[in-house]
Amino acid sequence: MLENYFPILMFILVGLAIGVLPVLMGWLLAPSRPDSEKLSPYECGFEAFEDARMKFDVRYYLIAIIFILFDLEIAFLFPWATVFKDIVASEPMRFFGFIEVAIFLTIILVGDAYAWAKGALDWE
Amino acid sequence: MFNDFVAPSLYPAAPEIFLLFMACVILLVDLGVKSPRRTLTFVLTQLTLLGCAAITLLTSNTEVVYTFSGMFVDDMMADLLKLLVYGAVMLALFYSREYIQDRQAIPKGEYFVLALLATLGMLVMISANHFLTLYLGLEMMSLSLYAMVALNRESAISTEAAMKYFILGALASGLLLYGMSMIYGATGSLEITEVGERLYTYSVDKSVLVFGIVFLVAGLAFKLGVVPFHMWVPDVYHGAPTSVTLFIAAAPKLAAFAIVMRLLVSGLITQAADWQGMLIVLSVLSMGIGNLVAIAQTNIKRMLAYSAISHMGFMLLGIVTGVVGGDARFALNAYSSAMFYVVTYVLTTLAGFGLIMMLTRAGFESDELDDFKGLNKRSPWFAAMMMFVMLSMAGIPFFVGFFAKFSVLQAVVAAGYYWLAVAAVLFSLVGAFYYLRVVKLMYFDEPKIQEPIEGPLFIKVLVSANGLAVAALGLFPQFLMSLCAYALMRSLT
Repeated sequence: MLENYFPILMFILVGLAIGVLPVLMGWLLAPSRPDSEKLSPYECGFEAFEDARMKFDVRYYLIAIIFILFDLEIAFLFPWATVFKDIVASEPMRFFGFIEVAIFLTIILVGDAYAWAKGALDWE
Repeated sequence: MFNDFVAPSLYPAAPEIFLLFMACVILLVDLGVKSPRRTLTFVLTQLTLLGCAAITLLTSNTEVVYTFSGMFVDDMMADLLKLLVYGAVMLALFYSREYIQDRQAIPKGEYFVLALLATLGMLVMISANHFLTLYLGLEMMSLSLYAMVALNRESAISTEAAMKYFILGALASGLLLYGMSMIYGATGSLEITEVGERLYTYSVDKSVLVFGIVFLVAGLAFKLGVVPFHMWVPDVYHGAPTSVTLFIAAAPKLAAFAIVMRLLVSGLITQAADWQGMLIVLSVLSMGIGNLVAIAQTNIKRMLAYSAISHMGFMLLGIVTGVVGGDARFALNAYSSAMFYVVTYVLTTLAGFGLIMMLTRAGFESDELDDFKGLNKRSPWFAAMMMFVMLSMAGIPFFVGFFAKFSVLQAVVAAGYYWLAVAAVLFSLVGAFYYLRVVKLMYFDEPKIQEPIEGPLFIKVLVSANGLAVAALGLFPQFLMSLCAYALMRSLT
C-alpha cells in the first residue's frame, strides 16, 4: 500500500531539489557585491511597499485582458491536443475535430487582428 | 475512440452561425471605414440582421428539432422570438443612428458590432435547451450590454450605470449558476428537457431541488428586473445613452421571456407549485412598487424604467397561471398571453424611446418630463404618437397594451386567482396616472423650447409607423395573438 506513494515522495524530493539547489548554488558560488538597488525587492516596476490606493497606468489593464485572451486559447487547446491523435485516427471525426478548432482559432485571430489594428498592442 | 461520433446538424443553428460570421467580418471591415458616419458598417449590420431573418424563415419548420447533443433547440417559439428580436434590434439601430452621430465620445463602429454580438447572445438564449448553453447566451448578451452602457466614455453617469449593471449582473449570473448546479445535483442532468423528464419519472431529493429553484428564480428575477431584484433597472435606464437604453429595454426582454419559458416551463413544470408562489410575490411587488415609484420620477427614462419593472411583473402573471394544482388545461392560453404581453411591450417601448431620441440634439438629452411640455405645439403629429405609446402602456382600450393586459387578466381569472386579477387592475390604475401625466404635459402645458423637431425623413416615417402599429395592433390584435398561441402550441409538448 505505502509503496504506491513512493513516486509521490520522489516527486516531492525532486521538486524541492529543483527549487532549492539553484538558489543555494547561487548563494555559495556567485560573487556577492550588494548595493541598494540590488537589495530592494523587485515588483513589476512598482515600489514594493507603499499605499495600495495609487494610480497606475491603464495599459496594465489592457495587457492583462490580452493575456487572458491567449491564456484561454491555450487552456482550450490543451485538452484538444491530448486527444488529437485519436481524433485524426477516427474516421467520422477526422475533419470535424480539426475544423472545429480551426474555427475557434479564427475567431480569436479576428479579435487579435482588431486589437492590433486599433493599436492595443503598442506600448506608446 | 471516437468511432461512434456523429457530426451534429448545423442547420437549426444557421442564423446564429451566420450572425457570428458577419459580426467578425463587420469588425474587420470597420477597421477600414474612415468616415465618421460609418455608413458601410451600418448598412452591413442591417443587412446581416435581414439575412438572419431570411435564414430563420427558410429553416423554420413546425417540428421541434434538437442539435448539438440536445444542447440547442429550434422550435416555433424560438423562430418567432428570433424574428421579433431581429426586428427590435433593426428598429433600435435605425433610431440610434443620429443619436450616436451627435455624440463624439461614443465609438461608432464598435457600437454596431457590440449590438450584433448582444443579438447573438439573445438568439443563443432563445434556443438554449441546456443550462450551459443558456448561461453562455446570457453572458454573451450581458457582456456586450455592459460595454454598450459604458460606451459614452465622457459621461460619469454612464460609467456609474455600467459599473452597477456589471456588478449586479455578475451577481445575478452567479445566483443563476448556483441554482443550476443545485438542480443538476438533484436530477443529474444539465439538459433542460431531460431534467423535466427525470423530475416526471424519478423521485428526487426535494430539498436540494427546491433550494436550486429558489436561486434560479432569483437569478431570473434579476435579469427580468422585477422587485426586489430591480435596483439596477432605473440606474441603467437613466445612465445609459438613450440609444442603449432603447436597445436594453426592447430585444433582451424577448430573450428573458424565452429563458423563463425554457427553465420554468420546459424544465421545471412538475415543480410548478414551488415556483408559482415565488413568482406571485415577485409579480405583485413589481406591479406595486414599479407603478408607485414611477409617479415620483421627473426623468422620463427613469419613469419608463419603473414602468418596465411593473410591466415585467404583469407579464409574470401569465407564467404563474399556466398550471393550477396540476391542471394544465389553460397552460397554452396563459403562456401565449404572457408572450403576447412581452411582444406588445417591446413594440410600444421601441416607439416610446424612438420618440424620446427624435427630440434630442447634440448636447441636449430631452429626457426630463419637462422637456415634453407643449410637444403638441411643436409637432402635433409626434405628440399624437407619444400619446399612443403612453395610452397603450397605461392599458387604455383599443390600444394594443389594453389587449395585452386583458389577455393576461383573463388567464389569471381562468386560473381562479381572483385577488391577483384585482390587484393587477388596481396597480394598473395607479400606473395610468403617470402615463396620462405625460399626455397632459404634452397637450395642456406651454412649451419650454420652441424649435420644431428635426431629423431624417426616413426615421420620422419609421417612428410614425411604429407608433401607428401600436394603435393598429390595438384594433386588430387577433393576428399577433394567434401567432403567439400557434408558436407555443407547436413548441410545448
